[in-house]
Amino acid sequence: MEEQESPKTPVAIAQLVWFFGIASTIKLLLIPSYHSTDLEVHRHWLAITHSLPLSQWYSDETSEWTLDYPPFFAYLERFLSAFAHLIDPQIVHLHDGLNYKANSAIYFQRISVIVSDLFLLYGVYRSTQTLASFKRNLIWVLVIWSPGLIIVDHLHFQYNGFLFGWLLLSISFLAQGRDVMGGFLFAVLLCFKHLFAVAAPVYFVYLLRHYCWGGVVRGFTRLSVMGAVVVAVFAAAYGPFVYHGQIPQVIRRMFPFGRGLCHAYWAPNFWVFYIMLDKGIAFFLRKFGFNVLAPAASFTGGLVGDASPFVILPQITPMATFIMVLLALSPCLFKTWRDPRPRLIARSIAYAFTCGFLFGWHVHEKASLHFVIPLAIVAVESLEDAKHYFLLSIVSCYSLFPLLHEAQEYPIKVLLLLLHSILMWFCFSAQFTKNVSMKAGLQADKKAAQFGLKGSSRCAAEKGGFVLDWVAKSYLFGVLIVEIWGHFLHPYLLGDKFPFVPLMLISIYCALGILHSWIWQLKRIMILA
Amino acid sequence: MKKKGEMKKVKIVEDKVNPENDDPWSWLVQKGIKPSFLCISIFALLVRVAIGLHPYSGANTPPKFGDYEAQRHWMEITLNLPPRDWYRNSSVNDLSYWGLDYPPLTGYQSYIHGVFLETFDPDSVALFTSRGYESYLGKLLMRWTVLSSDVLIFFPAVLYFVLVYRGMGQKSDVAWHVAMILLSPCLILIDHGHFQYNCISLGLTTAAVAAALSQKDLVASVLYCLALNHKQMSAYFAPAFFSYLLGRCLRNKNPLLEVSKLGLMVIGTFAIVWWPYLHSKDAALGVLSRLAPFERGIYEDYVANFWCTSSMLVKWKKLYTTQSLRIFSLVATLLTCLPSMVQQVLSPSSKGFLYGLLNSSFSFYLFSFQVHEKSILLPLLPLSLLALEEPRSLLWLTHFAMFSMFPLLHRDKLVLAYVALYALFILLYFAPGGPGGRCNGSKTLDHSQKTKKGWEFLSSIAFHPLVTGFFFLCSLILHVIYLTMHPPNKYPFLFEAAIMLLCFSQFVLFTLYFNSKQWMLSKHPTSKNKQKKLV
Repeated sequence: MEEQESPKTPVAIAQLVWFFGIASTIKLLLIPSYHSTDLEVHRHWLAITHSLPLSQWYSDETSEWTLDYPPFFAYLERFLSAFAHLIDPQIVHLHDGLNYKANSAIYFQRISVIVSDLFLLYGVYRSTQTLASFKRNLIWVLVIWSPGLIIVDHLHFQYNGFLFGWLLLSISFLAQGRDVMGGFLFAVLLCFKHLFAVAAPVYFVYLLRHYCWGGVVRGFTRLSVMGAVVVAVFAAAYGPFVYHGQIPQVIRRMFPFGRGLCHAYWAPNFWVFYIMLDKGIAFFLRKFGFNVLAPAASFTGGLVGDASPFVILPQITPMATFIMVLLALSPCLFKTWRDPRPRLIARSIAYAFTCGFLFGWHVHEKASLHFVIPLAIVAVESLEDAKHYFLLSIVSCYSLFPLLHEAQEYPIKVLLLLLHSILMWFCFSAQFTKNVSMKAGLQADKKAAQFGLKGSSRCAAEKGGFVLDWVAKSYLFGVLIVEIWGHFLHPYLLGDKFPFVPLMLISIYCALGILHSWIWQLKRIMILA
Repeated sequence: MKKKGEMKKVKIVEDKVNPENDDPWSWLVQKGIKPSFLCISIFALLVRVAIGLHPYSGANTPPKFGDYEAQRHWMEITLNLPPRDWYRNSSVNDLSYWGLDYPPLTGYQSYIHGVFLETFDPDSVALFTSRGYESYLGKLLMRWTVLSSDVLIFFPAVLYFVLVYRGMGQKSDVAWHVAMILLSPCLILIDHGHFQYNCISLGLTTAAVAAALSQKDLVASVLYCLALNHKQMSAYFAPAFFSYLLGRCLRNKNPLLEVSKLGLMVIGTFAIVWWPYLHSKDAALGVLSRLAPFERGIYEDYVANFWCTSSMLVKWKKLYTTQSLRIFSLVATLLTCLPSMVQQVLSPSSKGFLYGLLNSSFSFYLFSFQVHEKSILLPLLPLSLLALEEPRSLLWLTHFAMFSMFPLLHRDKLVLAYVALYALFILLYFAPGGPGGRCNGSKTLDHSQKTKKGWEFLSSIAFHPLVTGFFFLCSLILHVIYLTMHPPNKYPFLFEAAIMLLCFSQFVLFTLYFNSKQWMLSKHPTSKNKQKKLV
């Protein structure tokens, strides 16, 4: 891996900065666009962390948008609030700042997201350092120009790019075999956003087997080193709150299980099918004259879903979803235990996030990025991976469409997805025809790196490059139909009747795609392991 | 032609020597021009939509608002009145409030867009009541009319041009060239930010240029007449079209027949477009008088042209009547056009034609009557078509064109869009592997290696890092000053004047440079012709 520490690093960095610069200018142009309430949420967090002592951060109730991310994120907000205060003190004012919508606030927050994406830049740079230049460019296109990230971070408003930077960094260290660093970075990431904890079992098993295993003494020392690192990170994060006796309050805020199984708009996961089944059975039973209670709360009600909305099928508790996620993860954990390989760690982590997405409690549709971004790193490894990634990233981006529901942003999201699909199509086609032609004259010094590719280039030659089969094609065509139906035909033909149908269709249709991706990833891990 | 072929060979050899090329555009062009054009145009469209999120000119500024309101008002007028009343002052059409002052094709375009607006938001184009109408939906629909005009007219025209122009240089440079034309920041800012429909007239002009380059003179003349009938500003290109087409006709066996064919096409096109106004002399003259607003004075605001700049020393407006100023400006414009016209009549050539477009539009910008800052878009278009020949000039002119419009865009609250779009342009220009990145080194403008040593020397001085750095620094400082400081009370327009002066100096240098470039082309016509024969 290390022998390719490329001689053209300055060129590579210049190119990477170029890709990043193009993305940044687009992000700057998007500043005046629609933003969700998350902008106000983060603004309020700036105000909380700036105006209150640390002991009250997690107990403040000035606004309904209470701080519910782990402490490192709170520290980050504290850091940003120092600059915000310089620019416009009202941004960080606890009471006067409520729902403050001046340009200064919006520009400051939007630009802080754009700047924080530098972490993503470093993360993706580090994970692609050892690759050939073409593959490197391809991954940059996939990650830095990811339409999903732009929609979620720069239109909807969140700081995901920053967090994915840490995740990619951690994966790149693990892939190089530097386990302590990888574990350390993951622990830091967990203290930024605890939703990433879904991958913790994979990390645990992998680090235990790959780092700590082998001999009692060596194993024990290594285990204690790793343990010390993780404990140190958590101590740095939670220590001050322990000191102030705030831990129970912090935990309560971070895990609001009062929320429903599904988010306002159903994330395209397994529970969509479960709900549909329940509704279907209830519908038929009512048709046959059984007296079935109508559900008290609608699923689309979002936050109010704490009531038990299932009519026929058993209720789902957070514990049940937890067990389902673990069950779905177990084959991968088992494989990782048997054969912990650095090359596969990115896939395993992505798979863990996929399981969490499919079976988790109160999953946001945004969480699909958690596995789409890491999978980009492995998408260039073979033709099959490329085909899978092509489908997955389109589905994942499409499932984010309902986040932007105003007419003004409609062309933006469509063009972003279209551009991404076309770019992917060009890149993958170019790469896999290139591989075929390169088979003839492999250069000697490239051989070591190309070994892994030989198989894939052969099958590319057999199948004639990057061509999708008819199932994939018709599935993508279906995306188009769902979109046209939901946006044009449905309002035209049915008017205001069944207003939930378009969103439901998107959820179900994308859930099919994600389910397929889940099975495919599992199969892939099993075959490669 | 042959030199181009050689260039291509050299490029191919280079590629073979260096199989692991880091060109990030290679994947983009490997499927051919059209797919890569599709990809770039989607990106260009995305940028345009994003610019559309920003404010338009005159947003929330009653009672006159800005160009956005003017365009909306035209839709209102054309939708609700018959064509013969469009240009006539009447109880229902108050010409003093944004009266229609563009040729009839703009009227028809406004009518079509008005129908579109009416189907989705009838209030926005209702007669009388819609004055100063501003709403979320209204803005969106208006923005979409510009986007659709861009996609339907400008983009296909550029594709047509690129397909005609190809065969020169490396394949991947085509992608760069397309990006340079489609993502010209000035055009995007004015059309999709400030709000205008320059894409239509410039698109028609581009198509006309492409048709002229592919020897379809009749099509070219029709397309150009359409452009002229959309915006009278397209007349900036008239000398170039006239002289190039005339020069080609003269080379024909039967020049008179060719000229009369062209004349018929021109008259026919005009007759069709002006049909509603041809029933009486008064009607036609009425429209004409609307198109030439001489009462507005020889210059407006702080445009970086000759009249405005020299008015710091000579008070033109006070010393002379409008009548004599009209003659002055006409004579000055024609005189400065003349060299490039003569060159084209004597030896019409594709490249010379493009330079001619550049020169005649610069003459008009610098010397004609009633020039607006936005008119710098017209010289920029032929220069962007010449991007592969003049990469550094394009960069430099774009910089100063942007800068000359900065006060205008600042008024429109488009500073963020200005900064972002300018950065995007610079990044695209210096795309890794693109000509912009390459020509920084020893490789200079390709076609002038042996013959034009003197020019090489001059342009190497003009584009010397120190010189460009100095001017760049000046403009950067002026930007910052303009944004952060208040001018002294005695001279409220001090900064505008400074910007104007700097830009004017650059534009004059450009005019001289391009004129001599054009004449250099015909200095060695014999050798070129020989080469053509060989090919």
